[in-house]
Amino acid sequence: MEAIILQILNGLDKGSAYALIALGLTLIFGTLGVVNFAHGALFMIGAFCAVTLSRLLQLSHTVIDDSQTDFLGNPLKVEVPYLYDIFGQSTGDAIIDWAVPISILFAIPVMIAIGVAMERGLIKHFYKRPHADQILVTFGLAIVLQEIIKYYYGANPIPTPAPDAFRGSFDFGAALGFDPNVIIYPYWRLVYFAFAALIIGGVFAFLQFTTFGMVVRAGMADRETVQLLGINIDKRFTLMFGLAAAVAGLAGVMYTPINSPNYHMGMDFLVLSFVVVVVGGMGSLPGAVLAGFLLGILESFASMREVLEFLPGLNQIIIYLVAIIILLTRPRGLMGRKGVMEE
Amino acid sequence: MFGLDKKHTNLLLLVAALTMLAPFILNPFPEGSGMAQFNAGYPDLMQRFVIFGIFAIGFNILFGLTGYLSFGHAAFLGVGSYAAMWMMKLLTMNVIPAIAVSIVVAGLFSLLVGWISLRRSGIYFSILTLAFAQMSYALAYSVLTPITGGETGLQPKLQDPRILDGALEAGASPRANLFGLEMTSSFEWSVGSWLFTFNVGYYVAAVAMLLSFYMAIRIFNSPFGMMLRAIKSNQQRMNYTGLNSKPYTLAAFVVSGMYAGLAGGLMVAMDTQVGAERMFWTASGEVVLMTILGGAGTLIGPVLGAGMIKYMENIMSKINETILHQWFAFLPDGIENLLVAMVYPFIGKGWHLTLGLIFMLVVIFLPGGLVEGGQRIARLFKRKKPSSDTPDGKTTPAE
Repeated sequence: MEAIILQILNGLDKGSAYALIALGLTLIFGTLGVVNFAHGALFMIGAFCAVTLSRLLQLSHTVIDDSQTDFLGNPLKVEVPYLYDIFGQSTGDAIIDWAVPISILFAIPVMIAIGVAMERGLIKHFYKRPHADQILVTFGLAIVLQEIIKYYYGANPIPTPAPDAFRGSFDFGAALGFDPNVIIYPYWRLVYFAFAALIIGGVFAFLQFTTFGMVVRAGMADRETVQLLGINIDKRFTLMFGLAAAVAGLAGVMYTPINSPNYHMGMDFLVLSFVVVVVGGMGSLPGAVLAGFLLGILESFASMREVLEFLPGLNQIIIYLVAIIILLTRPRGLMGRKGVMEE
Repeated sequence: MFGLDKKHTNLLLLVAALTMLAPFILNPFPEGSGMAQFNAGYPDLMQRFVIFGIFAIGFNILFGLTGYLSFGHAAFLGVGSYAAMWMMKLLTMNVIPAIAVSIVVAGLFSLLVGWISLRRSGIYFSILTLAFAQMSYALAYSVLTPITGGETGLQPKLQDPRILDGALEAGASPRANLFGLEMTSSFEWSVGSWLFTFNVGYYVAAVAMLLSFYMAIRIFNSPFGMMLRAIKSNQQRMNYTGLNSKPYTLAAFVVSGMYAGLAGGLMVAMDTQVGAERMFWTASGEVVLMTILGGAGTLIGPVLGAGMIKYMENIMSKINETILHQWFAFLPDGIENLLVAMVYPFIGKGWHLTLGLIFMLVVIFLPGGLVEGGQRIARLFKRKKPSSDTPDGKTTPAE
């Protein structure tokens, strides 16, 4: 029982990341009909938004501090972040400590801008081209974005820690009445899961309960009719692309404390999240979320020692195996709509 | 000649001449001169040109003709490599059985993968091939370590059985050879300050590439090739006329898998080592880049694309800031530094950025790749009406 709960918990944080990226991919595919291979790059750019902000916050200038002296008795030069000058030391420290959550505010406008620019500048010209061309051009774009990040930030992973308050682990077992120290779970992963649930809920509520969302849903169902009604659906779809980019970016921002960002993290996630989208069913938003969590949890179950003794290496291939089986037995994926990309 | 029409015979002869004379053509700059770093005529790189040429030719038979975009072709290359390596470990260091077995094993593996993947088309086919390739990579890296060597990969060892070879002399190491002629041995010829290297391995690979190229021309012009093009342009209509297209696409898939196996076998024959990383999906992406860059659906395009990418990877990546400063040294300092700062992100270690940009530009503006670009330029100068029988290389997916 403990082991099962632990594996479900372990699967949740990876599953959250898969679900968020797959949600964005499906938003783009469902609205614009574009297969976006650069979506992993958007995830990566989001992560580097967090890196950039935490570096910006730590910008500092040198001050000669008379109260401290080095071993020769000279006054010591101390690096003082500009934030100290503005907010004082304790507030400044707190802000630097909370750099990753603060990056959310920074990342949203940046990611929406990048998404809208991408759609207007490049993707727009590919609506009428075949899916293979869309895959190829966005694949090229992903390489370009990745290399730009590599040029400015280097090839090594950049550790970006979570705030101090979330650095420990939560004893899940004790809270549920099991023995203590059996089911422990890092706080930040709980935060990540809650955050993902919030974003997913937010996107669904936005689509379900606002007029804008209603128009977008109508456009997804029948674009031409919506246009005939005199609604500028292209503009709304462009904004949806920005929103999808923001979702991917936020997934990246919050993922930085779990995995230090490096320039190829996007590509690593891209392949898996495509598999997730296909398993969930192209164009189905609930399908993408469901498949994301399902595959994340399956992956963590497959890496249990008992399973690995029985079927070695299963954890490495389980996602692909599931994808192959689903694709061959359920052509539309788990929750795909009828008539959307069945062949 | 060889059952080809005049145009294709000329093309084949041209390619043959270029590959056979490559040690001269790729070494245009004398040794020790400032331009010597642009010389690509060293054995290692020339071998890569032709081996990746074979890989891309094979990929093009699938993608260029049928429009099925496979993102997992590196798996066949890797499987072929492992098969060839095991032949070298068990049977003999002669490259002929190794290469033959690599083609057969890759063919069988692609038969299995293709049989399953080709049930779907479009993006689902891409994802299925990608999933198979990633699975092969993950397995080769972890569970199959007794067969694949895991992270360290495989190399021929002294204590391997090699039942056909005699015992090695003391101190000798096992080397890939063709009936005693070692792959690594080269004949060097220096003329003035030029140094030309004729490498045995390169010529073996070059002959293999010419044979592959010839086969590809035959396939392109055969009724089978016509059928594949028909599938690309409208598969639904083919099905409505009562034709089962699966055997044709599967045959194309297996043929291109065998090409990949041949490339993998040749890689092992050249440097006698293999690791799982050559099956990773970015390696599959690379052959897609090569084919599209050169021109999918054209005969010579994939070879050009492979050559261009490998040239960039090996030559452009070596240019560093000091060399750039030397080039622009004749300019005033300020302009020199500005130019270097502007150019540097795109070359040297940033060559991938240039590659990505060129690739995007090609996909956006030149769907027929470099070949189409060349044709447009030629048309500009000749002012002649374009011949209608050249394949236009448009990539319509099989949907």
